[in-house]
Amino acid sequence: MSGLVIEPPRGGPDPAVTPNLHHAAGNWATHRAGARRRVDWEAWRERAREVRADAVRHLPELIELLEARVVAAGGHVHHALDGEQACGHVVRICRVAGATRAVKGKSMTSEEIGLGAALAEAGIEAVETDLGEYIVQAMGDRPSHLLAPAVHLSSGQVAELFARESGHRFDPDDTAALVSYARGVLRDRFLAAEVGITGVNLAVAETGTLAIVESEGNIRLATALPRVHIALMGIEKVIRDWEGAAHLIQMLPLAAHGTPAAASTSFITGPARDGDDGPEEMHLVLLDGGRSAIRGTPFEEALHCIRCGACLYACPVYRQVGGHGYGTTYSGPIGAVITPLLEREADAGELPWHSSLCGACVEACPVKIPLDDQLVMLRARAHERDPARAEAALFAAWARLWSRPSAYRATAATAGRALRPLWSALAHDGWQRRAPFPFSGWTDGRDARAPDPEPFHVRWRRQRGGA
Amino acid sequence: MPAPCVQLFVTCLVDLLYPEVGERTVALLERLGCEVAFPSAQTCCGQPALSSGYPRDAVKVADRFLDAFADTEGPIVAPFGSCVHMVRHHYARLYDGERATVAAGLAARIHDLPSFIVDELGRPAVGGRYPGRAGTAVAYHHECHMRYGLGVTKAPMSLLRGVAGCTIVEPARGELCCGFGGTFSLKLGDVAVAMADEKLDSALAAGAQAIVSTDVGCLMHLEGRARRRELPLRVHHLVDLLEPDGRLLSVPLTRPRPRTREANE
Repeated sequence: MSGLVIEPPRGGPDPAVTPNLHHAAGNWATHRAGARRRVDWEAWRERAREVRADAVRHLPELIELLEARVVAAGGHVHHALDGEQACGHVVRICRVAGATRAVKGKSMTSEEIGLGAALAEAGIEAVETDLGEYIVQAMGDRPSHLLAPAVHLSSGQVAELFARESGHRFDPDDTAALVSYARGVLRDRFLAAEVGITGVNLAVAETGTLAIVESEGNIRLATALPRVHIALMGIEKVIRDWEGAAHLIQMLPLAAHGTPAAASTSFITGPARDGDDGPEEMHLVLLDGGRSAIRGTPFEEALHCIRCGACLYACPVYRQVGGHGYGTTYSGPIGAVITPLLEREADAGELPWHSSLCGACVEACPVKIPLDDQLVMLRARAHERDPARAEAALFAAWARLWSRPSAYRATAATAGRALRPLWSALAHDGWQRRAPFPFSGWTDGRDARAPDPEPFHVRWRRQRGGA
Repeated sequence: MPAPCVQLFVTCLVDLLYPEVGERTVALLERLGCEVAFPSAQTCCGQPALSSGYPRDAVKVADRFLDAFADTEGPIVAPFGSCVHMVRHHYARLYDGERATVAAGLAARIHDLPSFIVDELGRPAVGGRYPGRAGTAVAYHHECHMRYGLGVTKAPMSLLRGVAGCTIVEPARGELCCGFGGTFSLKLGDVAVAMADEKLDSALAAGAQAIVSTDVGCLMHLEGRARRRELPLRVHHLVDLLEPDGRLLSVPLTRPRPRTREANE
């Protein structure tokens, strides 16, 4: 079972979510400007890129080391080639522990493998405890951002949801009351849960330590109160040592929110020891899910991603269509890159076109992934797998003509001549309300500029003569 | 410094749709003491095919760029930053072997027009007068392949500050893409239009009466949308403002002043 592609991309602007997104992205841009003043941003990015590149380059040996250290600390490690195996591990661990109630921390990897559905099917009630995830789960909705799952919703929609759940009225502007209500509901779930399930932001191989950042305190509770802690991570999240970890743990919140530290960061090395408080059992589920196959390809840098969400907020397409517009678990520029790479089927084929290739994502990325170049390469790869025949023929014909200067000049003259009667008949001084194929889509929302009857190269020849 | 001989890469969109931008570029470079040559075998840099996922077709057309300019000397200047970005950034991935060396040589020689004037000729301002009502408020749109691709933002602003007859306003969220993006603007037309609307609305909200850029793709997209919405906004290439007397050099053949521009005056 894969939760990578959920539905075909909708692609269109979504007026129901754009005001919320524009607000959130505006806040992010303001905070980011502050972050860049606080540190030597370019040097920090380069250092972060080095840490991640080292990890991905040496992935097999680092995973081996991580496993040895986690086991030495008393934890259990489970390998999963795909999402189905990963879900199987989690369900089995719950069953062995005799658990029917779990609390979940926010984890995109769990969305990727469809863990929620797998647990429900197995009769295990798993409650999302991140406020945004809780809201999204209660609405039967999906997260629309890597870090802010409910960013597409307004506080009014949340107030309505909580009113339906509780029978009490909520003032949408009183966020404190909304948070306090959710906290009350969740506190009981934490106390009742036998298992806590979380993701992992990074794993330090040299000591077998998992680092999880958060802003709400739910991770602290989910990894401390229940008897069993299950951590789920994509294998690429491992890094070599604490020096690298120290850098990334600052870089992640800087890129995500413009703050130098998350509200809370948990470092977990094995289960509780020697009568300490904490879980008796700790399990680490390591998901490959197509990641190994990306290593050594021109797309390897996509594995450097630390899931900070910066490229989503920076992306002008994301800001119009929202996370759900992509129809995938991972949305935004990184989603458009990583989904077709992880998904071996061809149904993620349209995603690489969900970008104007402006490069804002590359500039925002704290580990310098060349997302725009990767999107360009993925477009070519998609055509090779599934040739879009009419368009391919059009470009082939275009290339044949424009690779010869005489033919280029002939097409210019022909276009100018063919359109001249139309052009001069129009009152729109060289701008048309309707354009012919293949440009007809243009004039659905825009007037089109007509080719000039006398292109520059003709004017040059007329004015200056010769070549 | 002796007058450098500049090879003009006019770019296909300027050649076919905005020839007067090419003429004004020549006039400007000559006014600044450059000798301008126009290698006649040039067609296009190949970017439309590459961005659309047809790298082999892109190479066929890029080959022509290599052939047209390889035997020339001196700086290559283009009034369209996106094509400069294609040559500087993407050619390295399209070619290997001997052709890669040729491509790298051209990549080292090519400049966008504002950077060439400011950084290479050492002219932070070249005068110019806004071709319209004095005091017009203009917003500069930094096209993304200049801003993010080439890292150029200062040179065009420097030239714009030297222009008389207009004031510069800074719209909110000016760093956002306008939605052109080549074939993106056809494939995801409604998203592209929504992006243009945000850009245009934010320019209007800042009091702008005109938008200036050096990417004729962005200009075509923004003006096309502004015309469809009948907004009181003029749209110019930067070279339109760098004419010394504020009169546009060549009045395009049968092209009267646009209706939407009149609405503003």
